Amino acid sequence: MIATLLSLGFFAAVVRITVPYALAALGGTLSERSGVINIALEGLLLFGAFSSTIGAWFGHGPVAGVLGGVLGGAALGALYALLVVTLKGDQIVCGVALNLFADGITRFLLKATFDSSSNSPRIDAWGHIGTTLILVTVALVALFHVVLYWTPFGLRLRAVGEHPEAAASLGVHPARIRWAALVLAGAVAGLGGAWLAADQRQFVAGMSNGRGYIALAAMIFGKWRPAWAAAACLLFGLAEALQIVLQASGVGVPAWAVQMLPYVLTMITLAGFIGRAQAPRALGKSD
Amino acid sequence: MKLGRALLPPLWAFLIAMAAASALILAVGGSPLAVYRLLAAGTWGNGYGIGQVLFKTTPLILTGLSVAVALRGGLFNIGAEGQLTVGAFLTAFVGAHAASLPPVVAIPLALVAGAAGGAFVAAIAGALKAWRGAHEVINTIMLNFIVRALMVGLGARLFEREQIHTAPIALSARLPRLSSWLSALHGSAANASLFLAVAVALFVAWLFARTRIGFRIRAVGLSPAAAAAAGISVPRVQLGTMALSGAIAGLVGANFVLGYKYYYEDGFSGGIGYIGIAVAVLGRARPLGVVLAALVFGTLSQGGLAVNAVVPKEIVDVLTAVIIFAVAAAQPTVRRMLVGKEPAQ
Amino acid sequence: MTDLAPPAEAIGCAHLWKRFGQVVANRDVSLSVMRGEVHAVIGENGAGKSTLMRALYGIEPPDAGSVRIGGEIVARPSVAAAIARKVGMVHQHFMLVPTLTAAENVVLGKEPWLGPFVNRRRAEREVAELSERFGLRVDARRLVSQLSVGEQQRVEILKVLWRGADVLILDEPTAVLTPPEVAELFDVLRGLVADGKTVIVVTHKLDEVLALATRVTVMRRGELVASLDPRATTAPELARAMVGRDLAAAPPRPLFTGESRERLRVEHLTVARDDGSLALDDVSLSVRGGEILGVAGVEGNGQSELALALAGLVATGARARVLVDGHDVAHQSVRVRQELGLGHVPEDRHARGAILEMTVEENVRLGRQEADDSALALACKRILERFDVRPADKSVPMAALSGGNQQKVVVGRELLREPLSVLVAAQPTRGVDVGAIERIHAELAHARVAGKAVLLISADLDELLALCDRIGVLYRGRVAGCVDNEFARRAEVRAEVASLMLGAGT
Repeated sequence: MIATLLSLGFFAAVVRITVPYALAALGGTLSERSGVINIALEGLLLFGAFSSTIGAWFGHGPVAGVLGGVLGGAALGALYALLVVTLKGDQIVCGVALNLFADGITRFLLKATFDSSSNSPRIDAWGHIGTTLILVTVALVALFHVVLYWTPFGLRLRAVGEHPEAAASLGVHPARIRWAALVLAGAVAGLGGAWLAADQRQFVAGMSNGRGYIALAAMIFGKWRPAWAAAACLLFGLAEALQIVLQASGVGVPAWAVQMLPYVLTMITLAGFIGRAQAPRALGKSD
Repeated sequence: MKLGRALLPPLWAFLIAMAAASALILAVGGSPLAVYRLLAAGTWGNGYGIGQVLFKTTPLILTGLSVAVALRGGLFNIGAEGQLTVGAFLTAFVGAHAASLPPVVAIPLALVAGAAGGAFVAAIAGALKAWRGAHEVINTIMLNFIVRALMVGLGARLFEREQIHTAPIALSARLPRLSSWLSALHGSAANASLFLAVAVALFVAWLFARTRIGFRIRAVGLSPAAAAAAGISVPRVQLGTMALSGAIAGLVGANFVLGYKYYYEDGFSGGIGYIGIAVAVLGRARPLGVVLAALVFGTLSQGGLAVNAVVPKEIVDVLTAVIIFAVAAAQPTVRRMLVGKEPAQ
Repeated sequence: MTDLAPPAEAIGCAHLWKRFGQVVANRDVSLSVMRGEVHAVIGENGAGKSTLMRALYGIEPPDAGSVRIGGEIVARPSVAAAIARKVGMVHQHFMLVPTLTAAENVVLGKEPWLGPFVNRRRAEREVAELSERFGLRVDARRLVSQLSVGEQQRVEILKVLWRGADVLILDEPTAVLTPPEVAELFDVLRGLVADGKTVIVVTHKLDEVLALATRVTVMRRGELVASLDPRATTAPELARAMVGRDLAAAPPRPLFTGESRERLRVEHLTVARDDGSLALDDVSLSVRGGEILGVAGVEGNGQSELALALAGLVATGARARVLVDGHDVAHQSVRVRQELGLGHVPEDRHARGAILEMTVEENVRLGRQEADDSALALACKRILERFDVRPADKSVPMAALSGGNQQKVVVGRELLREPLSVLVAAQPTRGVDVGAIERIHAELAHARVAGKAVLLISADLDELLALCDRIGVLYRGRVAGCVDNEFARRAEVRAEVASLMLGAGT
């Protein structure tokens, strides 16, 4: 069993599970640091998976697929921004509705496009995009860290998430910053969706299957910091892969206990039992 | 005029949603009018349709009330899904062991078990909010998934061999179908739990209109600081509000378990916990509004099946989402409106 | 036109009007501030000083009239226009991002770049240079959340200076400062003027004006009533201009007989802030029935915490004792205190005193939750009548009432509490109209005659002098002293209290 854990296959399994978590969590971090709650990560992942499938199917290639995922996610992110930033709708209500919307519209379009209520046909056009996407994910984690902490955009974004009035009094426009954050969040979560579609070489209805909420949990467990959120995703991915190996080898760690782990850890973090988890101060306030 | 102002945003929402749905129908080559006609005929057009609408409305009233009660107390309960799962499971568990009890004992007992289960799950988030300040939105979401994992693990051991459902409940715990009184509804799954849902709505209306507890919940919802200054224990009210909200969600099992399939089945809910949020928002967190909104979404839910031959039934989910978008966006202060009476000037 | 500015004007306005609903905040104001001045704008709370400053800075453009900067009329006043013309404002409530460093707060929105990044080193260097040059001691690399209030204010001033402001508007800059910090701020401001800048300071403290300003403008009820040279005027003259009447004109207060029993006794009251520092440090005091004890002090010296601690809304130290008619309630709930006869008028009406979305009746029910419907109706009737609340309708939402009438409901609810032995009233007349103030004052005096013990916490020294038997002063969370408010020695009492407020007692 030790050999299994040290094998390349196990490592690959961990990475496979982690990548979509990490991409969605990065999106969540960006939007929440700008002051917008994002419980729509699940919907963004799902929609990205579908739009990337459309891209790969009609564009006959992985590049079109990835582009489809990113653009689809960005479009849904823009819809969310329109609702909560421009129209100042309640972020939680709109987030829930956006998840519902993504689930409905993908099933609707799936049936309209591929005449199936469960899945798209197998798409071989994805090719071997996996390795590239892993590298892109690692690069994005680093990039998000750098952007958030080192660049003027990141500085303004953090200021807007903490004290929008102070930022506005210096000529920084909170609405513009939040639009940018939400569209970027949608794009990167959409990329996570593309990974799901590429990994399974097809779109399956409801295939995000709660991953967006795990990403949400990881973001909080990582205390709203991109690198730490990604690390939390890796931890959750590791636990999941480990559980699969253990189950296969007959060691009795119940699957449900491992499945619960991210959520329990997040609740403990939120309750302040692991240091102080200080959410951005302006989080959830619509103006 | 006041009524007009209350009705206007939902009406707008409805028109916008219809427009979006029509566009989708046109996009897939259908005729919107034909689809709407089909939808109407398949729901309110015949006895079976009406019965099915009522069947689908019943749990939505309960989840809508659950979310609404929490909102009045300034809390957002996104966890109705998990709470109703635990509640329905316990309802089925008690119902299955109630063979020796008469219906007047067995049914209330099964319902109390369901309410207690839902209340317990919600109370975890309530306690963490009240005494640790942890955000109840995130915690109720997390609890939804904790419950999901638990049901996979613990629940599976109690399921019938090779099945995804529990043993059937005792005959004495079963609720009668409405069709046994009203033969026009023949074949539909509508059952006596509808009366339970309406009774809970009346109870909630009475709670907020007449009782001290309702007053305290509203005071805490509107201004925790002012409530504390007035001698109200804010943490206790928050815990109690969440528990009550969870208890109402926990009653959902009455419809499916006691009144329809007579067992708990994995994934029976199909997201009605989340639709409950839509119901509460469209119904402006008022009991009458919630009942009406539940009827709207119940109709849509049944209507989706009726139109499935022409357009994918998922158009109903899209419609539901667009309605929520439109309501939320039409009322930037929706949260305030839900909790309070009218927005402060 | 006659609106042409004099040649050396830094900033000014002509015939400026600003209304908020029914209230006229600025009425036909014309002001001219010369280059190199320290121009003080004084007036009572609600005189329209802050509104005028916000108009000059472009936050709230005027309804009518014009704003001039550097001698030219600003066509479309806005914050951006003001900043472009080298005007900066330091707000009363700081506009700082607590999780960013001092330097980041200063450069936010106009960051120096280094390639694609923020040039943090340059930002820190420039901020350090500026702070060195003007004596604004601040560590540019520390997080704002770790800075003291005085340091945060320096960051605010640095923000304005770093953007090249020649004209600095400071709104109530001393309200939150300790006396040494005030002295340091004044040195900084003098240094700025020596450097060729123009400073406008909004305040309602006369001694500060006399110590600092080269010109004083007095506002009253939205109008500009006087423009004076502080070297040629005296504090009483300024006060008269501010208030519009002689301060001694208030009627004499009936004497306290001094024979009633002690109804409130506080011993060793300690309250910690979130950061562990002490907001109240071993406070002891006592109030008899038929007595009003005033509590004075510069804002932030523990008055808010005193009211909250007595009401049971913050945790107190283990040694604390709060005796209401002999019962120790220091560690009891709000409810128990209410049942023993402790009333509390909260400092912030909107946050704690009332719930605006609820009706007047429901607001009366707050804190009287056990009352049945008829008792509640009676209480509403008495409050509406006694306090002349308008409209006298218990079923309207609180939000439909004016601020003064809302406050009358809140004060009435607490004063007509049964039983009532002690009333803690925190800033009961803040931000309400003159009619409501008179009514509330009359009812507080009435409670005193009726044998209640009243603890009156107020930032308005005149209010305390008019109503109280004794005036205690809080300074840095401790009782700095207590002065008998003898009517005949009014001027001396005022001076004694004022000096205690500034730390003379320690």
